[in-house]
Amino acid sequence: MSEQPQILFKYRNVENYNNIDVYMKHEGYAAARKALQMEPDAVIEEIKASGLRGRGGAGFPTHIKWNGIPKNWDKPHYLVINADEGEPGTAKDRELMNKMPHLLVEGCIIAARAIRSNRCYIYIRGEYMEPGQSVRKAIQEAYDKGFLGKNIQGSGFDLDIHVHMGAGSYECGEESALMSSLMGERGMPRHKPPSAPLPVISGVWDSPTIVNNVETVATAAPILNMGGAAYGKIGSGRSLGTKLFTVSGHVNKPANYEFVLGTPIREILETAGGPLNGKPLKFFIPGGSSTPLFPATDKFLDLPLDYETMMANGSMLGSGGLMFFDEGVSVPALMTRLMHFYAHESCGKCTPCREGTNWLTKIHDRIMAGGGRHEDIDLLLDICNNIGGRSFCALGDAAAMPIQGALKYFRHEYEALIPDRSLSSRIYAPLPVAAG
Amino acid sequence: MFTVEAKEQLDNIVKKYPTKRAALLPALWLAQEQYDGWLPPEALREVAGYLEMPPAEVEGVATFYTMYNKEKIGKFHIEVCHNIACMVRGADALIDQIGEKLGIGKGETTPDGKFTLSGAECLGACANAPCMMIGAKYFEDLTPEKVDAIVEEYKKK
Repeated sequence: MSEQPQILFKYRNVENYNNIDVYMKHEGYAAARKALQMEPDAVIEEIKASGLRGRGGAGFPTHIKWNGIPKNWDKPHYLVINADEGEPGTAKDRELMNKMPHLLVEGCIIAARAIRSNRCYIYIRGEYMEPGQSVRKAIQEAYDKGFLGKNIQGSGFDLDIHVHMGAGSYECGEESALMSSLMGERGMPRHKPPSAPLPVISGVWDSPTIVNNVETVATAAPILNMGGAAYGKIGSGRSLGTKLFTVSGHVNKPANYEFVLGTPIREILETAGGPLNGKPLKFFIPGGSSTPLFPATDKFLDLPLDYETMMANGSMLGSGGLMFFDEGVSVPALMTRLMHFYAHESCGKCTPCREGTNWLTKIHDRIMAGGGRHEDIDLLLDICNNIGGRSFCALGDAAAMPIQGALKYFRHEYEALIPDRSLSSRIYAPLPVAAG
Repeated sequence: MFTVEAKEQLDNIVKKYPTKRAALLPALWLAQEQYDGWLPPEALREVAGYLEMPPAEVEGVATFYTMYNKEKIGKFHIEVCHNIACMVRGADALIDQIGEKLGIGKGETTPDGKFTLSGAECLGACANAPCMMIGAKYFEDLTPEKVDAIVEEYKKK
């Protein structure tokens, strides 16, 4: 197995790492001090050299986002952290916030410095009350040590961080819906370019805004400590550095792991203890429930897990939720559960997603109940085609993509559930004989 | 009614945001605490009055989010994750087990008002599936034995 440098998880097993004193004994806040002495653009240059891309799902280069903030504009700039981790299969940000909240706080200082923002909101999903408390405590400790507030460490730079708790909505993990929710509205997505300016121009309260995932921002601290160029030497191509992966489902050691981008999936599976109780695997989902599945064959298990390879093979790296399923799992049954989820979480704003997820659910329900019709499979694909790329935000695509993946590789499982009601079987079936 | 302390808390929350309206989600959380775990119409009116918003808009927001309870629920809200990572590790059987133990089904509350049982969408603890939450607390790596012990413990509370 290849060597796996641990960057975010370097001090994972240090006791009381969530305490600021312990954290500071382990390189803590050294990167923040560094950033405060650097020009904002120099911080962005370091991030550029590291090749860091957004870890929340879209994989957008972080330095381009940060660079998009208008220079010399007198409006306030906002840094918003997306801690609305809701993608089924993903549980990495929760561990980061519970066990290493200062990595996030320090990352916020660095990001805020880079984009010249004096106010940061950390939007945490409502269910994460424990991580919320953990982050609040870390923020308080940082204020007490003079790493937050006015004139941080004598640098003349001010920063306040506030925790904002969500209240139960998957949709709020979508960047623009999260901004709506932060402003006290229903968590519905907002217009995007070209119909509206990017958040870096007009985000929350019509001001320049950067929305970053917890892991993305947390990675900024180790990047500054080791140097962007050194970080950029890890990995290959455009998938640089390490990433946290939540490995779940039928494996012996489900957990969060840190792997270099491009590590073969088989190696990750082996690190996670291999298939649960040795039972053969049927398929896996590479990047959270919204990404299309792959059969657990040699061809796919040998793929390197990175942004480009997943895309080239018709799926996505997503948020790093790697889920394995053994041969006892029915693909249509799993998809039925998933469709209930997406229909429940669709915000209702646009028709393709609101109606589409509802119909995907109804058709799955009837197939599972034995009432499936011969044309249902094509109907499912037709609905998927009418959601994909046509919904207001990515939630619609997120519901359609898994079905397309499931039908590409496991159409026969759907067909097996649909009773044969074709005309020929009716005509030639023997007539029932009257009793007597 | 909000207590004096809660009102002070609300004043401090509002200061964190450039607009009063942005304090709506935290204000609803606070109201839910003040009103015994749910949001009756008077709680929504009180929040609306405080934030100078039309009550209908406050209700529109409150009904969008699943964690604001629009009906009175049990003292302990047991929410078992039934999304796919937990599903394949036995979540549905756990829901049935708890339901049988408490004599209620999914979405129901015990007659003494102590427990409400729900299925929940992904709670974000997939590496420790199956999982559930009671109030703010997570319980992970559940087994039928563990779940039995947890429910017994809460019965005594």
